[in-house]
Amino acid sequence: MILNLSLFLLLPLVGMATIFMIPAEKSALIRKIACLTVFVVSLLSVWFFSAYNSAVGGYQFIQNIPWVVPFNISYHLGIDGISSMLILLLGITSFAAVLISGGIKERVKEYYIMFLIAVAGTYGAFLSLDIFFFYFFHEIAAIPIFLMIGIWGTGRKEYAAMKLTLYLVAGAALALIGLICLYFATGLQTFDLVQIQSHLANHPIPTEIQNWIFPLIVVGFGITLTLWPFHTWAPVGYAEAPTAVSMLHAGVLKKMGAYAIIRFAIQLMPEAAHTWMPIIAVLAVVNIVFCGLVALTQRDLKYILAYSSCSHMGYILLGLACFNIIGLNGVVYLMFAHGIMATLAFALVGFIADQTKTRNIDELGGLVKIMPFVGTCFIMAALASAGVPGFANFVAEIMVLLGAWDQYPIQTVLAILGIVITAIYMLKAIRIGFQGPLPKRWEKLTDAETLTAKLPFVFLLAVLIVVGCWPSLLLNHIGSSTKPIIENIVSKN
Amino acid sequence: MVNPNIVWTAYFAPLVACVIITLFFLRSKNLSSLTAIAGILTSFACTIIMATDIFKTHPALEIQQSLPWIQFDALTINFGFLINPLAIMMMLVVTGVGSAIFIYSRGYMADDPSMPRFFAFLSLFAFSMIGIVLANNFIQLFIFWELVGLSSYLLIGFWYHKPSAADAGVKAFMVNRFADFGFLCGIIMLWALSDIGQGRSFQLTDIAAAIPQIDPHLLTIAALLLFCGVVGKSAQIPLHVWLADAMEGPTPVSALIHAATMVAAGVYLLARTFFIFEPLTTALTVIAYVGGITALMAATLAVAENDIKRILAYSTLSQLGLMVMALGLSGPMPGMYHLTTHAFFKALLFLGAGSVIYALHHEQNIWKMRGLLKTMPITGITFLIGTLALCGIFPLSGFWSKDEILALAFEHNTLLYWIASLASALTAFYMGRLFWIAFWGEPSKNDHAHESPTIMTFPLIFLAVLSIIGGFIGIPHFLFPENEHPHLNMRVAIISSVLAILGLFVSFVMYSKRPAVDPLEKKLGPFYSVLKNKYYFDAIYGWYVDRLQQGIAIASAWFETLLIDRFGVGGLISAANATGKILKHLQTGMVQFYALVFVLGTVVVYFILLKTL
Repeated sequence: MILNLSLFLLLPLVGMATIFMIPAEKSALIRKIACLTVFVVSLLSVWFFSAYNSAVGGYQFIQNIPWVVPFNISYHLGIDGISSMLILLLGITSFAAVLISGGIKERVKEYYIMFLIAVAGTYGAFLSLDIFFFYFFHEIAAIPIFLMIGIWGTGRKEYAAMKLTLYLVAGAALALIGLICLYFATGLQTFDLVQIQSHLANHPIPTEIQNWIFPLIVVGFGITLTLWPFHTWAPVGYAEAPTAVSMLHAGVLKKMGAYAIIRFAIQLMPEAAHTWMPIIAVLAVVNIVFCGLVALTQRDLKYILAYSSCSHMGYILLGLACFNIIGLNGVVYLMFAHGIMATLAFALVGFIADQTKTRNIDELGGLVKIMPFVGTCFIMAALASAGVPGFANFVAEIMVLLGAWDQYPIQTVLAILGIVITAIYMLKAIRIGFQGPLPKRWEKLTDAETLTAKLPFVFLLAVLIVVGCWPSLLLNHIGSSTKPIIENIVSKN
Repeated sequence: MVNPNIVWTAYFAPLVACVIITLFFLRSKNLSSLTAIAGILTSFACTIIMATDIFKTHPALEIQQSLPWIQFDALTINFGFLINPLAIMMMLVVTGVGSAIFIYSRGYMADDPSMPRFFAFLSLFAFSMIGIVLANNFIQLFIFWELVGLSSYLLIGFWYHKPSAADAGVKAFMVNRFADFGFLCGIIMLWALSDIGQGRSFQLTDIAAAIPQIDPHLLTIAALLLFCGVVGKSAQIPLHVWLADAMEGPTPVSALIHAATMVAAGVYLLARTFFIFEPLTTALTVIAYVGGITALMAATLAVAENDIKRILAYSTLSQLGLMVMALGLSGPMPGMYHLTTHAFFKALLFLGAGSVIYALHHEQNIWKMRGLLKTMPITGITFLIGTLALCGIFPLSGFWSKDEILALAFEHNTLLYWIASLASALTAFYMGRLFWIAFWGEPSKNDHAHESPTIMTFPLIFLAVLSIIGGFIGIPHFLFPENEHPHLNMRVAIISSVLAILGLFVSFVMYSKRPAVDPLEKKLGPFYSVLKNKYYFDAIYGWYVDRLQQGIAIASAWFETLLIDRFGVGGLISAANATGKILKHLQTGMVQFYALVFVLGTVVVYFILLKTL
């Protein structure tokens, strides 16, 4: 087969090399090449998503090349239902993010090189079936994010870049300890996920040892997923980051945390999951309610979105704690739904702030009048976030809630209350920032007029609606991979 | 037999219209309005076909079709329809009254540059409302329940640049969201309880089958949670506060959504899922009293109001209260009967009010209107018909349906009977007040009010005819064919007629001369200011939102910045700095010292290696 998963890494590398050789002055050409590269890779992600056979399930399109043989590390790629959906998400998000980056005028060459590294690293993490390579790509993606916030960010960008990176690195280090323990605890001394999985089916790690490793991995990657109280990097990080970084990070990179928790913690250590996840379920509700309440006090649109994003991660954590197929399907669905929604919302705020130079809702107001298109899109994104049916988020949230009801009735009720809180701050933001009379100073603003300017927004909105109305589009893929995980975990109870 | 394709056409025609307008006709007033009208008329035509089919074959038949929407081992959520006479009746109301209002809007909104957007929203609403009516399971119901809330929000805030309209939209959405919090909990709880051996289900028919085996205490909790949704959508006390503010929306919206259909969805839900409530005495009692108190409270509020649309809004609240009370007294038939006739005459009254507002260039204060019966004869006469029907004057439609409810209350609960009768008397009084002030007497000389165009008066006449004949077209029999034909309770009928005429008469004496100051103000004394402040509900909710809720939010934000960021993370940073300060003493800068450490280290490593080997 000509199409294989390595293309996800090779193509961005080719794009990067090409850009590298072009003189920095030709910024238009550089942008074209970057857009083209991302576009091709995104098409590739669509192809692989549709080519994945969910009736068969398991890992497909496998590539396995031994690399550091003494340590049993191999370049092992493959996708299952969950990761095929995540690369699709990344394909969509990165395409929208690269289109939106037209506003970058300084150090264009470096910007797009960084961008491609981040995208390639994220693809690599989702494709890797070797824990070593997962970790490697995960860190590869983190470096350009740090630089991009620091260089192209706004406001307190240095502080934001430092805080975000330090938190994530600390989390990753914690997780690394857990992963190395795992390496030894299986007795196989390998990082190969497939081998570990098949070995553990018959020789589970002793529960006492699991109970030590599990929290390291969950908390470590939980920091990426803005697990309360380790979430405070996200608001300032997302707020000061350039638009494309906010989109990529809130949309996809953050989900790496949830992905890793499913893959390495819940899938490999089901016994410990039964011990630890009920505690996570409580923190999840704190995430939902507490971050939602903090969002109520924010005046900066990006801070509102960032706290909202932290709050929504609570649903993912709650779903992870359910140990049933409804909840886990909801989690994976929400990773996609929230990813698209967050991408769209950050893109829109970026579009507005580029012109107004302020994101404070008290200074804005009446924007729908002058920007009917962008304003309407923002209202729709906000409503999607508030769980209005018709958008993908509703499908995901309802599944998480149904899944959580039996085991965590109180948490579920509070999580439903969280939907009310989301509606309050979102409607408030719409009301103050977008409705009411238009202040004089904003009468010169322009809407997204051209097709290319509208394209990313329309595209993301369309995905959100299509997936919201037709869940089986994703659910077949998701179900094929969540089912074995749940069967495994239920049998270990 | 009903052809499923007909049902699906009725279901999706307004959505198709909405999508077409959004994609292609956002710049054309003409095409957008025609598309929307075509959409709702298609639905109406299909509904008539369904009604005749179902009436011909077997009146009590239930027809169901389900397509899987979400399906994996443990969870099945369908998308389907469940048709029975009740649903057909509601469909007729929604699409029939809807068609009249869509046509009327083409005239009413003609001057508004955003008319295409209006018709897109209105079509979205029609689709969502049809979805509630036909849904055959609770998740589908909830989806459309939320979507009508959304379209209501969009339409109330249609003139979003007006702060009051934008605020009203947010208020409506928030109050409903809060109510739906309970509603969703109820749905999930019911789903969890519905397992009687064949797995859990959201299907109405499956739940109906499971009801006898469910623990009644748990079922009561679930039923009351479901009722929360009703309290929000049908604006019952204590969540009634959004409906009067919702009058900020364009008047056709008030007629369609906030009088005839959406607010009645709660009553419809109670009737459609009555099998859940039927065995639960406690829940029914709560429902009956909530309805009764709402009916009376809203009627008193209407008495002191001067805005024509708000008077009608309080009247809607009051009538909804009566319907809910009827359901609480185990009377789905009287409740639904009144819902239907109320849809006719209340839509008529709102459209009449809209016609007046249109003619007077957005004047809504009744004290600024006079003698409209003469300047706008068609509007005036149809408004009078609507008023009389609402007051329950023989032989108009309102008389028959209200009598059913009062007779039901008379038989089951004397206290509620008198509450409802008092509310009815007050209804006659405030409607009389409105009519005498705004329509009676001589028009002032410099008044340029003139009759509205035909496109607006035609729907008025259509609805006026329905308001007159609504009591004679066999609605109760269509709804519940198995019931024996309702008979008039003479005693109740006479008392309610006397009370209605009394109300109209008292208001005539007080207002036909158009006093300069409202005489009520003096007569009611301090109670008048209580009414003006709407029993202080808004003040209490305002305190909750601005003080309590915001207070908790600010406390959370404070916790976040101070404790987590400053002490927690800041503490870690200080600890790291302190460690660094201690360890920096190792960085002596002397190469000999480094060499020493290096050698010692090597020795230690070798030692360990030797040991392990």
